[in-house]
Amino acid sequence: MVAAASKCRTCRGPAIIDLPRHNANFCAEHFIEMCRRQVVKAIAQFAMLGPDDRVLVAVSGGKDSLAVWDMLIDLGYQADGLYVGLGIGDYSETSGGYARRFAIERGLRLLEVDLRDDYGFDVPTAAAASRRAPCSSCGLTKRHLFDKAAVDGGYTVLVTGHNLDDEAAVLFGNTLRWDVEYLARQLPVLEARHGFPKKVKPLVRLTERETAAWCIVRGIDYLVDECPMASGNRHLSYKEVLNTIEASSPGSKASFYLNFVDNMAPLLVGKSLSDGLQLSGCSNCGAPTTGSVCSFCHLVETASSHVPVPVELLAKKGRGSR
Amino acid sequence: MRVLLRNPRREIEVAGSCPVHALLSRLELNRESHLVIRNGTLVPGDAQLLEGDIVEIRPVISGGA
Repeated sequence: MVAAASKCRTCRGPAIIDLPRHNANFCAEHFIEMCRRQVVKAIAQFAMLGPDDRVLVAVSGGKDSLAVWDMLIDLGYQADGLYVGLGIGDYSETSGGYARRFAIERGLRLLEVDLRDDYGFDVPTAAAASRRAPCSSCGLTKRHLFDKAAVDGGYTVLVTGHNLDDEAAVLFGNTLRWDVEYLARQLPVLEARHGFPKKVKPLVRLTERETAAWCIVRGIDYLVDECPMASGNRHLSYKEVLNTIEASSPGSKASFYLNFVDNMAPLLVGKSLSDGLQLSGCSNCGAPTTGSVCSFCHLVETASSHVPVPVELLAKKGRGSR
Repeated sequence: MRVLLRNPRREIEVAGSCPVHALLSRLELNRESHLVIRNGTLVPGDAQLLEGDIVEIRPVISGGA
């Protein structure tokens, strides 16, 4: 075995990872310490969590959601998980297995919702029936079910595994369109309002290369394969563009997103039209909505009466999301 | 060395030894989008990969948001 030439910035021992954005290399122990420090900083800076919060983590079986769940438990928070079976063929079967194994091995509580069993449809069918892009149907469904589970379960905070790359890519897309409505709401914390739970993103200071490395170092087995329906989506192409910039100018993604949050987001307070919207309860499920029936209930009505659509049919099209 | 690539999953054989960053360049892969695992352990960009190593190049970009 050949020792790595690069040394850990903290202890000068052999490094396992190079992080150009920090102009540093780290050994396993001090890499974990750095990640923990970044998450603690995000939680404190944006007042994400308090010691008495009941936390629900949206878990997909992928690296980010398992990493954030692991980090919160590691930091002493009381956090349960929520897995939503989206019915995306073998991909969903496999992802559910990773989420369950993670919970069982650590003695954690994992809530589960199955779209097909509980609502009579799946994401491929919803996409075909509603003529939405698959990622759009999936996002709408997950947002509704995450909110519902958090509110119904009495959780005070809903945690998602969105990382720095996710946020930078969304910001990039919103900026390309100068979409003030979306820009005004792109924050690491959304406070509880109108029947929606408080939502927080503790990983906004970590790249997805770092969350993946966290999982490897901590021995967390996660689903590496990409969702077959995400192929070709715009979000992925934005990430590639940003990583090309990052490779030649390390730290660009962090500057782009974190400086937006610090310098630009305060100027957009009150610019979101949704701030002034009058919401009422969906006549069917009670969820907050601007109409009489919420978008999710519309989707359930359309998709549950549609003949089931196999994932392969839509995966080949590679339809993107906004 | 044997190199495992993902999405789609496949294996290739690479002759000789080289640093991690050189292998990524040769395969036209962005270092920011990948981690390299040699014989089960993460390695940084300047680690030397040797003949006989089992190497996984793991993509870290995931879609959806």
